[in-house]
Amino acid sequence: MTLDVLYFAWVRERIGVPREKVETSAATVMDLVEELRAREERYAVAFGDLKALRVAIDQELTEFDASLNGAREVAFFPPMTGG
Amino acid sequence: MRIVVQAEPFDFGAEANRFAAGHTDMGAIVTFTGIVRDLAQNPLDRMVIEYYPGMTEKALEKIATEAQERWFLGDVLVIHRHGDLRPGDMIMMVATAAPHRVDAFEAAEYLMDFLKSRAPFWKQEFTADGAEWVASKDEDEDALKRW
Repeated sequence: MTLDVLYFAWVRERIGVPREKVETSAATVMDLVEELRAREERYAVAFGDLKALRVAIDQELTEFDASLNGAREVAFFPPMTGG
Repeated sequence: MRIVVQAEPFDFGAEANRFAAGHTDMGAIVTFTGIVRDLAQNPLDRMVIEYYPGMTEKALEKIATEAQERWFLGDVLVIHRHGDLRPGDMIMMVATAAPHRVDAFEAAEYLMDFLKSRAPFWKQEFTADGAEWVASKDEDEDALKRW
């Protein structure tokens, strides 16, 4: 499947792009993270500490063990600082 | 319910008046406004707020809908800016209308608590030391537990 993968704030800065298409067969978010980590150093750095990251599938907050079945868009970002 | 995410400044007085108008059955209007705060020790040049178009609006609608399910509210308004801001600029406002003040106050606090850590916005501060992403606070996460 092809996913739109989005990055925000310092995750975007570390990876160097705000969004990209990723061709993957990952079953879960964690599988996708492992694939990206193995790809290049900048991903390994950005995904170094998952406790410092949040993930959304199709614009809904979720967990790293969530299934990617049917997913179109996955976003990674630090904890939110609104208000 | 009205949810607005915009780069442009908003007119707090005009928004509050417009929100309050026409609610003859609402005895209480509560508003909260968040302002870019400067720091004496490390003067802030500017703040940039990043957001997630689409998800941010959905998240704000969800938070406002949950407030409407929890309290008896006539209306809810959330305005949140993104992009470039300076010290003293208004970042955001919420307004709640209810027949009685307790509902209006509590719902406004609820909106603010969830806006802090569940609405996709990320603040970056620019000072003489450079740019720094604002870290989330444990107390903001703890604040959700009271609801």
